[in-house]
Amino acid sequence: MRQSNPLLFAIKRYALHDGPNIRTTVFFKGCPLSCFWCHNPEGIRAETEVVTISDRCIGCRECIHGCPKDALTVDRQGLHRDLERCTTCLECVEICPALAHEAVGYYSGIDEVMREIEKDLAFYDKSGGGVTFSGGEPLQQAEHLLELLKRCGELGIHRAVDTSGLAPTATLLDVARHTEMFLYDLKHMDSHSHQGYTGVPNELILANLQALAQSGAAFRIRIPLLAGINDSDENIAATARFAMGLAGLSGIDILPYHHFASAKYTKLKTGYRGERNHCPTKEDISRVRKILEQFGHQVTIGG
Amino acid sequence: MNERIARLREKSFSTHPSISIERAVLETDFYREEYGKHSLPVLRALCFKYLCTHKTIYIGDDELIVGERGPEPKAVSTFPELTCHSAEDLQILNDRPMTNYRVAPEDIETYKEKVIPYWQGRSMRERIFNNLPDEWRNAYEAGLFTEFMEQRAPGHTALDGLIYENGLLDLKTRIHERIARLDFTHDPEASDRGEQLQAMAISCDAAIIFAERHAELAEKMAAEESDAKRKDELLTIAHVCRRVPAHAPQTFHEAIQMYWFVHLGTITELNGWDAMSPGHLDQHLQPFYERELTAGTIDRDKAKELLSCLWIKVNNHTAPPKVGVTAKESGTYNDFTQINLGGLRTDGTDGSSEVSYIALEVADELHLLQPQPSVHVSNKTPDRFLKAAAKVIRKGYGYPSVFNTDGVIMEQVRVGKSFEDAREGGTSGCIETGAFGKEAYILTGYLNVPKVLEITLNNGVDPLTGKMVGIETGDPRNFTNYDELYSAFTRQLEYVVNLKIRVNNYIERMYARYSPAPFLSVVIRDCIEKGKDYYDGGPRYNTNYIQCCGIGTVTDSLSAIRTHVFESGKVTMEKLLGALANNFADNEPLRLRLWNKTPFFGNDDERADSIMQRVYQDLFAAIDGKPNTKGTVYHLNMLSTTCHVYFGKMMGASANGRLAHLPISDGTSPSQGADRNGPTAVIKSLSRMDQVKSGGTLLNQRFLPSVLQSEQDLDKLCGLVRTYFALGGHHIQFNVVDTLTLKKAQEQPDDYRNLLVRVAGYSDYFIDLDRDHQAEIISRTEQELG
Repeated sequence: MRQSNPLLFAIKRYALHDGPNIRTTVFFKGCPLSCFWCHNPEGIRAETEVVTISDRCIGCRECIHGCPKDALTVDRQGLHRDLERCTTCLECVEICPALAHEAVGYYSGIDEVMREIEKDLAFYDKSGGGVTFSGGEPLQQAEHLLELLKRCGELGIHRAVDTSGLAPTATLLDVARHTEMFLYDLKHMDSHSHQGYTGVPNELILANLQALAQSGAAFRIRIPLLAGINDSDENIAATARFAMGLAGLSGIDILPYHHFASAKYTKLKTGYRGERNHCPTKEDISRVRKILEQFGHQVTIGG
Repeated sequence: MNERIARLREKSFSTHPSISIERAVLETDFYREEYGKHSLPVLRALCFKYLCTHKTIYIGDDELIVGERGPEPKAVSTFPELTCHSAEDLQILNDRPMTNYRVAPEDIETYKEKVIPYWQGRSMRERIFNNLPDEWRNAYEAGLFTEFMEQRAPGHTALDGLIYENGLLDLKTRIHERIARLDFTHDPEASDRGEQLQAMAISCDAAIIFAERHAELAEKMAAEESDAKRKDELLTIAHVCRRVPAHAPQTFHEAIQMYWFVHLGTITELNGWDAMSPGHLDQHLQPFYERELTAGTIDRDKAKELLSCLWIKVNNHTAPPKVGVTAKESGTYNDFTQINLGGLRTDGTDGSSEVSYIALEVADELHLLQPQPSVHVSNKTPDRFLKAAAKVIRKGYGYPSVFNTDGVIMEQVRVGKSFEDAREGGTSGCIETGAFGKEAYILTGYLNVPKVLEITLNNGVDPLTGKMVGIETGDPRNFTNYDELYSAFTRQLEYVVNLKIRVNNYIERMYARYSPAPFLSVVIRDCIEKGKDYYDGGPRYNTNYIQCCGIGTVTDSLSAIRTHVFESGKVTMEKLLGALANNFADNEPLRLRLWNKTPFFGNDDERADSIMQRVYQDLFAAIDGKPNTKGTVYHLNMLSTTCHVYFGKMMGASANGRLAHLPISDGTSPSQGADRNGPTAVIKSLSRMDQVKSGGTLLNQRFLPSVLQSEQDLDKLCGLVRTYFALGGHHIQFNVVDTLTLKKAQEQPDDYRNLLVRVAGYSDYFIDLDRDHQAEIISRTEQELG
C-alpha cells in the first residue's frame, strides 16, 4: 500500500525560487545522481529515513523507553540509534516532545498531496504562480508524477518540473505533455567530468534535452555554478553553444553554489564533500553571465 | 531631499523631547479666573482661546509650514485637566532610561507651586478613579483589560475634505445659522445646544487668532530679515496665515497650512489619543496640486518640499507622556498620525494620483518616526502604486503598512455607514477603521483574552495574586469535556466585557459633560447640525471599540488543552494546572509537548483555526451591539499595539507552552514562533477570521532584506498582499530587517539610532524600545523565503 504512493521528503509552500511567482514545491525522494554538492541530500535515497538532531534533545529519555525495538541508547556523547534494530517505525518521532527525531521522507497519497497543493490555489491565481515538482528526481516516480500533473492540469494550475533530465526519453516526453515548464539542470558538458562529479555520464541527459526541445516544450536551463568544477570558460561556452539551437528555451538560470547545506549532511550523518572554495565569487558569476549573454541567452542569477 | 529639508529634518531628528509646562500654567491661570462663570463647553472654548492668544509663537529657520503646540519643536505640553503629573512623575519622565522627556528643574518647582495645587482632586483621572467599583479595579489591576480614557481624551480622529472647501469663517457662519434655528419652545435640549454651538464659534475665533499671531510674527521677522529670499518666504508665510484657517485654502501651500493649523488646534485643545490624522491626504491635496501645476505656480519639487515640511511638523510633535498602567502598555514617543494613500474616492474610482507617489517619496527620503503613511489597496489600485509602496517597504522602515480598501469599506457598510462615507473613511491610529471627518470611533481599551482563559482555569481567581477577579465557573479538574471548559471561558468573557463596558460608559459621560472638545466638533460633520459635542454623539457616526488581544495565544492554549487533556488524555488537567502554576519548572518535556505537538493557529490547520473562529465569534457576541452612551453600540477590534507585552507580563505560563510573563501574541498574528508553514499558511489561517465583522485586524510579517531584492521579489510580495486581501484580510505589514542587525543594535544602540522597526500598527526606533519589546521583535518568526 505504502509503496503505491509517492515517496516525498517535503512540500514547501511559498517557494519563491522554483519557477515563476508564488509556488508550492513538491519534493520527490530518490535520485539517480549523487552530485557531491547536492543541496537536498535528504532527497537522494529512495527510502524513508529517520534522523536525530542532538542539539534539540533535552535528555528526557522518553524515546528510549518508548522504542518498540530497543534501538535507541544514550551515553555521554548523546543518543545512538542501532540501525540494525531500527525499522523506521517512526515511534520515536511521534514520542519526542522536543522534535529531536525527524522523519526524512514519507509516503503520501495522491489525494493528500493534492490537498496540500490546493491550499494555495488563491495565491497561484493572484500571482500567476503554481506548482513545481522537484526532488530528488521527480521522473524517478514517473507514474505518480504523471498522476499529480494531470490532477493539477484539471484544476488549471501552472505546472513546472525541476529535473536532472536523467530518465527514459519516452517518460520525459510523456511528462512534457502535462507540463507547462521545465527547469532542466545542465551540470557539466564533458561526460567524463559529469560522471566524476555526479556519478553518471551526461549523454542521455543532453539527448533528452534535445528531444524535449523538439517536442515543443518550454524550459529554462539551470546551471549550478561551482568554482573550479564547472565554471571554466570552455565549459560555460560549451553549455551556451549547446543551448543555442534549442527551441522553447526561455532563459538560463545560474544557481551559485553556497555552503548552507552542510548542516543537512551533519544531520544525515553523511559525509559532505562540498567545500567553501567551490563558492563562486561575484567576479566568477559575472564572467559566466557575460559568456552566456554573448551567445544571446537571457540570464538570471538565482531561481 | 533638498538642503532646506535636510536641515529641518536634522533638527527634528536630533532634538530630544522635552516637557513644556507653558500650556499647563496658562490653563491653570485661566481656570483660576474663569471656572464657574461659564457653561462647560464655553469654558473649554474660552480656555482654548486663551491658550491660542497667549502661548509662545514659534517660526523656525527654513520653515515654510509653521506652528508648534509647544514653544519649540519636540516640546510637549501637559494636560493637567485630564491627568495632573506629580512632581515625582515629572522627575521619572526626566530620569527613566527609555522614552524620557527632559524636564527643567525649575519647571518641576513651578508645577509644584502653581499647577499641582489647583488640579489636585480636580483632574479627570482622579475623579474617574475615585468612583470606580472594586470589581473593576481588581480586574484592571490583574491585567484583564486597560482603560484608554483614564488619562488621554478619546481620539484616533481623522479628517475628511471639509477644511479644504470651508474656512473656519464659513463654518462659523454655519454655526450661527444653526443657533438662529434653535427651537427653545419645543426642543428641551435647545439651551444645551446653544452653549455647545457658542463654544464652537469661540473656538473658530481662537484658531484664527493663533494663525494671525503667526502672520504678525512672520511679518516682524521679514522686516528684520536681511536675506531677500528668506524675507520673501516669511512674507508668503504671513500671507498664508492670514488666509487660513479663516478662509478655504486656494493653493497647495495654503491647503497644507490649513490642515496643520487644524491639527494643532485639536491637539492643543485636548490630548486625544493618536493626535490627529489628515485622512486621505493625497486625495485632498491633488486638486490644489493639479490646478497650480497647470497654472505654472508650482512644480513637483516645490510640492514635495511643502509636503516634506508637513512631515517634519508632524514629527516634531511627540506624544504627551503617560503614567501608570498606560505608560507600561504604551511607552512610546509616537503619537500616531497615519496618512492614508491610494484607496478609493467617494465616487468609487481609484484614489491614487501623482501626489500619492510624491508622498511615498517623501516618506522614503525623510524616514521619520511620524507621520506613518499607509497604502490602501482596492481592486482598482494599479499594480505600479502597490509596487512603489513595496519599494519603500523593503527599505525596512516598517512602513507603509498595507490596507485592504474593499475590506475597510465593507466593515463600515456592515455597521450602517453610507457607501460614500465609507469610501472617504479609512484607517487611523494603527489599524482602526472609521469614517473620516464624520465619526467618533473611540478605542476604549485592550482586552486580555488569554488572561480570561487563565482565570477560567483558576475558577475566577488570578493565579498571580490569589485574588478573585472573575466569577466562579467551576473547578476545571471536574470538567469532563472540552465544551464544559469552553463554556466556562465564555461566561468569564461575558462577565469581563460587561464590567469593562459598564465603566467605559461612565467615563464616556464624564468626557461628554466635563471635557467637551468644541474645536474638534467644528471639523467633524453633523456636530454643528446636531448642536452636540464630538464626545456626546455629535458626529454622524459613533462607535466604541474594544480591542481584543492574544487571539493566537488563546487559540493555541485551548487547542493544547483539547488535544492533550480531552482528546488523547495523555495529560491530566491536574498535571497541566500544576505545571502552569510553577511555570513548567520541573516539566520541560510537557511544555515542549504542548508547544510542539499541538495544532496551532497560523498554519492553515483547520483543527486550530476552527477554535480561533469560535473564540472570535464569541468575542463578537460579547462585544458587538452592546449599547454605548451615545445611542450607538460597541464593536470588536483586533488590535494590540504594544499591549500584548504588558498583558503577557500580567500572566503566568499558558497551556500552549508559553512561559510566564512573556508576551502574548500580537494583533491577529499567530503566537510568536507558532507559525511554521510560511506566510501563505498564515494568511490562509487569518482568512478564516470573518474580519469584516471587526473594526480592524493586524497581521505582522517579518522579512529579511535578502528576499526582497529583485523586481520579481517585489511582484511576489505584491501577489501575497493581493491574495490576502482577496481572502478578506484587513491589514498586513512587513518588518524587513535581519536578526543579526537587531542584536547588534541592542549592543551598540548609538550606531543604530535610525533603525526603524514595525512594532505593532506602527514603527518605532528599535533602540527606544525597552528590552522586552526588543526581544519580542527579535523572536517574531522570521519568514524563511527560500
